Amino acid sequence: MLDTKKVGSVMIVGGGVTGMQAALDLADSGYYVYLVEKSGAIGGAMAQLDKTFPTNDCSM
Amino acid sequence: MTLSEVTGIAGVAGDFTVTVKEAPRYVDMDKCIACGACTEKCPKKVDSEYNAGTGKRKAIYVKYAQAVPLKYQIDPLNCIRLQKPGACGFCEKVCDAGAINFDDTEKIHQINVGAVVLAPGFEAYDPKDAQVWGYGTMPNVITAMQLERYLSASGPTEGHLVRPSDGKPVNKVAFLQCIGSRDENLCGNGYCSSVCCMYAIKEAVIAKDHVPGLSASIFYMDMRTHGKDFDKYLERAREDSGVRFVRCRINGVEPQGTNGDLRLHYINERGRQVEEYYDMVVLSVGLQTPKHVLELAHTAGIQLTADKFAATSDFSPVQTSQAGIFTCGAFAGPKDIPQSVVEGSAAAAAVADLLAPARHQLSTEATFPTEKDVSGDDPRIGVFVCHCGSNIAGVVDVKAVEDYAATLPNVVYVERNLFSCSQDTQEQITKRIQEKDLNRIVIAACTPRTHEPLFRETLKAAGLNEYLVEMANIRNHNSWVHVADPAKATAKAKDLVRMAAAKVTFGTSLKPISVPITQKGLIIGGGVAGMTSALNLAEQGFEVHLVERTEILGGNALYLKHTWSGEHIPTQVAKLVDKVVWNDKITIHKGFEVSAVEGFVGNFKSTISSKDGVSKVIEHGIGIVATGANIYTPDEYGYGSIKRVVTSIEFDKLHELKEKTIKASHSFVFIQCVGSRETDHMYCSKVCCTHSVQSAIELKQEDPSRNVYILYRDMRTYGQREALYRQARKMGVIFINYELHGKPLVSENGPQVDVEVWDHVLHRPLKIKADMVILAAAIRPKSDAADLGKLYKIPVDGDGFFQEAHAKLRPVDFSTDGMFVAGMAHYPKPMEESVAQALAASARAATLLSKFEVSLDAVKATVDPEYCDGCALCVDVCPYNAITLVIKEAAVEGGQAHKIIEVNKAQCKGCGLCQGTCPKRGVYIAGFTMKQISSQIQAALAV
Repeated sequence: MLDTKKVGSVMIVGGGVTGMQAALDLADSGYYVYLVEKSGAIGGAMAQLDKTFPTNDCSM
Repeated sequence: MTLSEVTGIAGVAGDFTVTVKEAPRYVDMDKCIACGACTEKCPKKVDSEYNAGTGKRKAIYVKYAQAVPLKYQIDPLNCIRLQKPGACGFCEKVCDAGAINFDDTEKIHQINVGAVVLAPGFEAYDPKDAQVWGYGTMPNVITAMQLERYLSASGPTEGHLVRPSDGKPVNKVAFLQCIGSRDENLCGNGYCSSVCCMYAIKEAVIAKDHVPGLSASIFYMDMRTHGKDFDKYLERAREDSGVRFVRCRINGVEPQGTNGDLRLHYINERGRQVEEYYDMVVLSVGLQTPKHVLELAHTAGIQLTADKFAATSDFSPVQTSQAGIFTCGAFAGPKDIPQSVVEGSAAAAAVADLLAPARHQLSTEATFPTEKDVSGDDPRIGVFVCHCGSNIAGVVDVKAVEDYAATLPNVVYVERNLFSCSQDTQEQITKRIQEKDLNRIVIAACTPRTHEPLFRETLKAAGLNEYLVEMANIRNHNSWVHVADPAKATAKAKDLVRMAAAKVTFGTSLKPISVPITQKGLIIGGGVAGMTSALNLAEQGFEVHLVERTEILGGNALYLKHTWSGEHIPTQVAKLVDKVVWNDKITIHKGFEVSAVEGFVGNFKSTISSKDGVSKVIEHGIGIVATGANIYTPDEYGYGSIKRVVTSIEFDKLHELKEKTIKASHSFVFIQCVGSRETDHMYCSKVCCTHSVQSAIELKQEDPSRNVYILYRDMRTYGQREALYRQARKMGVIFINYELHGKPLVSENGPQVDVEVWDHVLHRPLKIKADMVILAAAIRPKSDAADLGKLYKIPVDGDGFFQEAHAKLRPVDFSTDGMFVAGMAHYPKPMEESVAQALAASARAATLLSKFEVSLDAVKATVDPEYCDGCALCVDVCPYNAITLVIKEAAVEGGQAHKIIEVNKAQCKGCGLCQGTCPKRGVYIAGFTMKQISSQIQAALAV
């Protein structure tokens, strides 16, 4: 395993809250991230929500 | 990369080549300024996906107002021009930027990456297919996502709840649970979607807020509110908001008359037939894996579960069946936002483990334009008033606020924005700062707690010091709380803007402070969570100290046999212990506890002590709290006095040892929620339903003639665990529901135990003669959690579990920088959730440890040597021990040595207690000088 090639970039498929969190953490710890999203904008299902439980915070 | 899909993955872990197909946008992203002229002219209206079909969009559109990137796109299937060359083309004509490109084509990219993370999410179940709820034929039957859009200020009705059929106000609404979940007949989705109970309660509460007097009923089978603070939310919905809960599965919706009213027919808990009429019925639709994601899974070559979610192990919950390909979020099983965010971070940790040698190979740091020196310039204030959709503009007269702001001293520019936080507005603010030569900014919008960092970035992008911005919170402090009085709310908004402008006038440029980071981690607790965190950080290349108070590693997992999916826990724990022990980057301190702490993020110094008085000091940059939880010792149901009444964990042990009482027993009664979901402990212990069901299945497997009863309040076999519940019922395990006010009665009767409970099916009391009674005892927080909390200045919640920084978006961070939480120290949770959170904590920690220095906020106590006379009153009040008194040598020869205070800026949190205490103005908080505060107060009193 030691001499196998390791590329310092990651592809994340899905730009919802989960994919974005993974992308941020990886970018913040020294990796180049490709975030691939099927639709025209990131945000996923959470961007459609008005408020979130259990705190009733604004979802946006 | 938007409008893009993965079509092929080749290569091996560490070195993949991924093929990405990028669909044409037909709009040039570099040219589009999102002015919206195109969409206005576009003649083609289409159902908006974002609004779940409740509203319309055009064929050229942006997904939503705050979309990132905020660039228009053309939907080729609905665009008149793209369907019929030569026709329409209005958008092209009105686009001044010349961004429309009808000749745009699909592009194929080949991208070399070390790892792939699949986070494609879910789709909501479409209830049209089943045809029984009238969805698609009766307009007033809507899905929960549609209701979400109706309730939203950015939705089709701007938050007004009206009936789709006739626009009449809604007075009576019913929610039907488990639509497309826990239902193998109609939709084939046998699993529980985990989130629908909570979202239905939330929507019912919010709908009742929107429409005073609204009657809201939720028809459910089991209330699955198993997450942190969820049961409290349920109780508040029931008690304070008056949401009605009916335990019953509704199998159909019928029209009542011709005016759009709806009829529900059901049998209530007393066995009576009931008919009720509603204005609107909301279907709480479940989550499922979309078809295109199944194709993606096929492309990636990964295995799926029977429920069509990505297959993972409970001990590596983000690892798919292919090395180098990871998964997180709802694709790995239905889950809520916090758990999805945890898994997002966990996937990052797993990737970082794999790619540790390649860290920093391809990444670069963000750069900002050179900062402009404005210290000599007169203040030129720009005020930006946010509508926040209708959140602010629905109450406050924002135009009046805008006009008023323009009259304030030093204000040279004012404008209003629909959403000041959206990306296009950010760019616009940057542009305005440069155009109008603004050097102080007031954002009249929401709370600085969530949004100030964003606006600071905006200032930086404009070449202005990030501290020259002030927020006036005209939403949380104003429009939200003064809904009933728009005139006064508008007046207050003006006051808040005036105060912010007065303060920012005297704002000065501040420089953030940099401190070095000790690249070592300290992990407190040697259970599965702590060991997982330690191992991941070590594999990422960081040195780790693991502190365990007992003499053995393993924690609560040592008492457990199988995870819900049947993985053998002792084997996995033994492997984990082995890896931790043999990893040379991990130093284990068994028999030690943290006894004292000093320092701050990047530079902690923790003293650990053993019982025999040995102490060591550990320097570390981050800390992870994984101290676990305890099992509750019941004092109810005859526990302790009746020998045949035992807890689940005790029962497991007896069962495993094939103890003779169990072998000879024929009748077993499990009692759920022992110590959970009661007045003083209003939380669900999350794991006990599944645990009891598993034990019941085992008992039945050994001898099908055994009578096994489970007395429960709500069966919470959430997610894919539902399969176990189904299996138990098929095997003949008898489930009897009881309510809190009708708890079972347990009494000794010779060699047996009598259990009395009210039977909801037979509608009469039932007496069960049991050979064994097994209590599903609650999980309790560690009794000394708060003591550890005090050392690191991290809070515990009302139940005694550690309190994360934000329930949704920062589920593993503490509000104290550099401290993280994992496992049951945070809340009761099963194995895979503990492991995921532990990995997530490591990922979050690695974002700090991978840097050599950390930049701290510049809002810190600052000494004014001219006024400070070293009285030291501030030293005692400082809660962070950031201030010390020092003797200063004489500045000039022959002068006198004098006392003065010194502030450790890294330790200072900028709370301001020193400033409030100082009688001589010898110390102040940068960004909150006396001048700034007094001018703000004067402005408050000015009218």
